[in-house]
Amino acid sequence: MARYALRRVLQSIPIIFILSILLFAMVRAAPGGPLSTAYRNPNVTKAQIELLKKQLGLDQPLPVQYARWLGDMLRGDMGDSIKFRRPVSEMIAERIPNTLILVGVSFLVTLIIALPVGILSARKPYSLFDYIATTLTFIGQSVPVYWLGLALILVFYVAIQNPYTGDPLFPAGGMRTIGGESSLSDLAWHLVLPVTALSASWAAWYSRFLRSSLMDVLHEDYIRTARAKGAADRVVYYKHALSNAILPLVTLIGLDLPSLFAGALFIETIFAWPGMGRLFWDAARGRDYPVLLAVVMIDAVIIIICNILADLFYGVLDPRVKYD
Amino acid sequence: MRRFFKHRLAVVAVVMLAVMVLLALGASFTPYSPTEQDPANPFMNPTPSHWFGTDELGRDIFTRILYGSRVSLIVGLVSTLLTIFVGVTVGAISGYYGGNLDNILMRITDTFLTFPTIFVLIILSSFLREQPFPWLKNSVLVVIVIIASLSWMWPARLVRSLFINLREREFVTATRALGGGSVGIIIRHILPNCLGPILVSGTLQMAYAIITESGLSYLGFGVQPPTPTWGAILSTAQVHVFRAPWMAIYPGVMIFITVMTINYIGDGLRDAFDPYVVHTDK
Repeated sequence: MARYALRRVLQSIPIIFILSILLFAMVRAAPGGPLSTAYRNPNVTKAQIELLKKQLGLDQPLPVQYARWLGDMLRGDMGDSIKFRRPVSEMIAERIPNTLILVGVSFLVTLIIALPVGILSARKPYSLFDYIATTLTFIGQSVPVYWLGLALILVFYVAIQNPYTGDPLFPAGGMRTIGGESSLSDLAWHLVLPVTALSASWAAWYSRFLRSSLMDVLHEDYIRTARAKGAADRVVYYKHALSNAILPLVTLIGLDLPSLFAGALFIETIFAWPGMGRLFWDAARGRDYPVLLAVVMIDAVIIIICNILADLFYGVLDPRVKYD
Repeated sequence: MRRFFKHRLAVVAVVMLAVMVLLALGASFTPYSPTEQDPANPFMNPTPSHWFGTDELGRDIFTRILYGSRVSLIVGLVSTLLTIFVGVTVGAISGYYGGNLDNILMRITDTFLTFPTIFVLIILSSFLREQPFPWLKNSVLVVIVIIASLSWMWPARLVRSLFINLREREFVTATRALGGGSVGIIIRHILPNCLGPILVSGTLQMAYAIITESGLSYLGFGVQPPTPTWGAILSTAQVHVFRAPWMAIYPGVMIFITVMTINYIGDGLRDAFDPYVVHTDK
């Protein structure tokens, strides 16, 4: 298992390498490139642009620039933000925990909803519960996450007020009440709307997927064998069926990670959540290319690591899988 | 075909999609222009003359929604065709020939699959718009191309696995024995057998493309103003959520209905092509 993990890590190095070349080329080789905002600014003189180019190392040929950038990245130096004149690593270190809180809580909520709903739907297919659940999951799959976020703000911030204080029911943005004490309950209060928006569509996908995967498994011979041996219904469902049906779900979640981060980007933008997604959006609008590159590279590495973890976890769940 | 029409919801979905296409085509028949501003009448509530009200520049929202559906449907359809074309080509070559070629192609596919899609889309969109090529100035085209360039991996993997399964079948061996060339076998004999799964993945892709286009436009990195898109209407609606809350509802509902319609069609196609689905007439 350790050897397998090591091999996967080694295999992912060329992938990260190729990704870094592609991204670097995209950002740097574009005409106008990183300094296009400076070019368009009438107050910036030619001499100043030349100086800026020299300072940022942009007067060197592209391969040299790439080698320098890669070397710096490997040493943990992500450069300075053009807009904020601060080390990018510092800015990202501030933001990563916030994104992880948002994504982590949403992921937990997703599982808490999707697992029971999927199991119950598969246990009693074509029942009233299954019918309602299927309809809701179809709706959940079709609602874009950005609109759901906006709709939640519309309902719980704009339309409905707290009847006692007259304040909005839930905050529409940010992580903490400005000027207030930072407490866990305050954070939880700010998490309600973004987490709801983010988990709705994942819960829909996963519960539907688990339902169909469970229904497939229930036709297998070993389920019939277990039943024939007189195993209780509960044992058949939770011990025999679920432990097999959950496997494809693990793979799906592993492959799905890029879309989880995409959802987080939208939600962070809508709810002004100070995470990586919001940082990226601001950087993209301001052409702050060191920040852009750093955020994408870190997200790519996180995705690759989670993919490897999902595969390893698969082996833990399924003893038939042998790593060599 | 008959099995598809048995799927009642899918039939309803086809009819609804047809209505949407008609509405998109008929957008020119509304008395208002989608881009002409009427500064005297901003933020009008929905009235008989402005069914969905007007936006911050006095433009009729109903008209803009109809024009927006043109963008969504075109982006959805064309980028799906492009995605399927590239994906099927890569998957077919990879699955049919196998060996080193397969290895290289699949490595590339895996690399693309680890991309944090939306982030790369935003970078691509913002930097492609600066390109000097005149044909790239059209942001609709840019959006179509970038969505396809980050989606072809899914059909490629699907088609590859289908081809690996089918290439050893007797009818392929027979055609080869009769002297059929590889390209002919791929296109005329194996590909038609993959049509069902490809169509189903096409519907998924179209739903994804429409959601992604609107999302990119919503963030300001998709189709550029003044072209009306659902995403752009949504993002102005967010700014004016207190003055004109109804503005946020229409584009969202349109995206939702379109995507759900396409999902139902995909569901119907899946049932129609899957020989293992048991049809229970309730």
